[in-house]
Amino acid sequence: MAELWELSAAALRAAIGRGEVSCHEVAQAHLDRCAALDPRVRAFVTLTPGTALAQADHWDAARARGEALPPLAGIPIALKDNFCTRGIRTTCSSKILGDWQPPYDATATRLVREAGCVLLGKTNLDEFAMGSSTENSGLFTTRNPWDLDRVPGGSSGGSAAAVAACMSPLATGSDTGGSIRQPAALCGVVGMKPTYGRVSRYGLVAFASSLDQIGPFARSVEDAALLLQALAVPDPLDSTSLPVEAPDYRAALTGDVRGLRIGVPREYFAEGVHETVRTAVRRALDLFCDLGATVEETSTPHAEYGLACYYIIAPAEASSNLARYDGVRYGIRADNARDVIGMFEETRDLGFGDEVKHRIMLGTYALSAGYYDAYYDKALRVRTLVKQDFERCWERYDVLVAPTSPEVAFRIGEKAGDPLAMKLSDICTIPVNMAGNCAISLPCGFQDGLPIGLQIIGKSLDEATVLRAAHAYEQAANWQPRVPSLSP
Amino acid sequence: MPRLTLAEVEHVALLSRLRLTETEKQKLADDLNVILQQFDRLQAVDTREVPPTAHAMTLTNVFRADTARPSLPRAELLHGAPEARDEFFVVPRVVDTE
Repeated sequence: MAELWELSAAALRAAIGRGEVSCHEVAQAHLDRCAALDPRVRAFVTLTPGTALAQADHWDAARARGEALPPLAGIPIALKDNFCTRGIRTTCSSKILGDWQPPYDATATRLVREAGCVLLGKTNLDEFAMGSSTENSGLFTTRNPWDLDRVPGGSSGGSAAAVAACMSPLATGSDTGGSIRQPAALCGVVGMKPTYGRVSRYGLVAFASSLDQIGPFARSVEDAALLLQALAVPDPLDSTSLPVEAPDYRAALTGDVRGLRIGVPREYFAEGVHETVRTAVRRALDLFCDLGATVEETSTPHAEYGLACYYIIAPAEASSNLARYDGVRYGIRADNARDVIGMFEETRDLGFGDEVKHRIMLGTYALSAGYYDAYYDKALRVRTLVKQDFERCWERYDVLVAPTSPEVAFRIGEKAGDPLAMKLSDICTIPVNMAGNCAISLPCGFQDGLPIGLQIIGKSLDEATVLRAAHAYEQAANWQPRVPSLSP
Repeated sequence: MPRLTLAEVEHVALLSRLRLTETEKQKLADDLNVILQQFDRLQAVDTREVPPTAHAMTLTNVFRADTARPSLPRAELLHGAPEARDEFFVVPRVVDTE
């Protein structure tokens, strides 16, 4: 039998269900794997072995009593460290929160616990999810399990690396401009940004509220579907949570894409997207043709403006959302301030890293008197055009296919010092957040041993079709090897 | 588009409640100007007839029944604060005594 840490969530679920293995053994195998590898990968900000084993024992006891188990009972999970976890340190990888322990659980935290998941720990991110490599983490940089000298992508780089290194079969992330899909691509795992409103954001520490969305990481499309099923529940605590019941996502994984209409927006293959990445995505499209889908080139002419829009809208919302870190209600406080304004300023100077300050400044400027119309209002209008491009596509296509990231994982430090270079990592993912659609990234090949990501974009609330297409490709392409060697 | 001056950086820093060193101010002015140049591209797009999109989903306000429910426990909330006393957050003096 394979090592427990190698198994998918679906396989673990079956093994636990048949009584071949206990939840305790599954949790321990993953905790051991974390203990062995995380000192090198550094995916986790906080490991929670006590919680993991207690939750595992709870489900073993329930099973022994003959109780019906919830769908993910005993399956290990890692949560990005911007998900509130009651009584468990939640840092957003920022110094400003110190060792803050939330007094409540995020809805997503509650849902995965109720679904039976066992919490291994909280994963590293770029501070407040602002970045594409985890190099902006206020704590440390996570390593890419395929090459420890390279970044895992970001901002959900810790979650992607934890899943890629088989430290956890499942993890959660949040995606504001690509923060699930881009690290999934760079780490060779599956990552999905559901439709805006599909998963409750209650208790997800806010970055840009009109763009943030929670989604799953896994090593297979089926596992991603299982986790999405647990997360996609309407929630009265989030007024942007859509009051729509999710369909059975696993039932969508038929392997059949005959007649599926695929559009390929040419703007996503433009200059700046590495030739190897373009070639890998075109090969994936050939495979879709072989499987009976129709593939046609199309255009989303405003996609090129997505990045500029994003860097107005997201910092504008962030400058407002991050106003709450003032040294009064949570986290750290600079203790030498004489007056209250000085306390705000010194606490924020001490607690925030450069990128966060940078974006707060950018957003405050874009919203300030005299510049609001030129920047923020203009960006919201162009956002409408980006969204309309997608709507026109949905008249003719079921999904769109594009690269996820313009390149494979880059070296740690490679993009430091250039304020634009890092931001270009998200050119293929940002337009989807602007429009609110759903999209998945999954592996579609390797360049010199580093994974390449394929992005499949779907209509709002049509995660089922995206998962069906992704699963059919995954089964047909069968990329090997799926586990990095992690040899010293 | 206008370029950010050092004086504007200082003004925005004040609005943002960020204390910046002289070196930080200059670096921010330089970096932000690189980003702001990117925004110039947007001016080329004709948006006179295009409405703004503040939100991807066309949601209208959502109401819930106006029924009382328990709040989060006060002690737990205060526990996370840097300084608290009785049932209050403690901050430096805001009002002068004179």
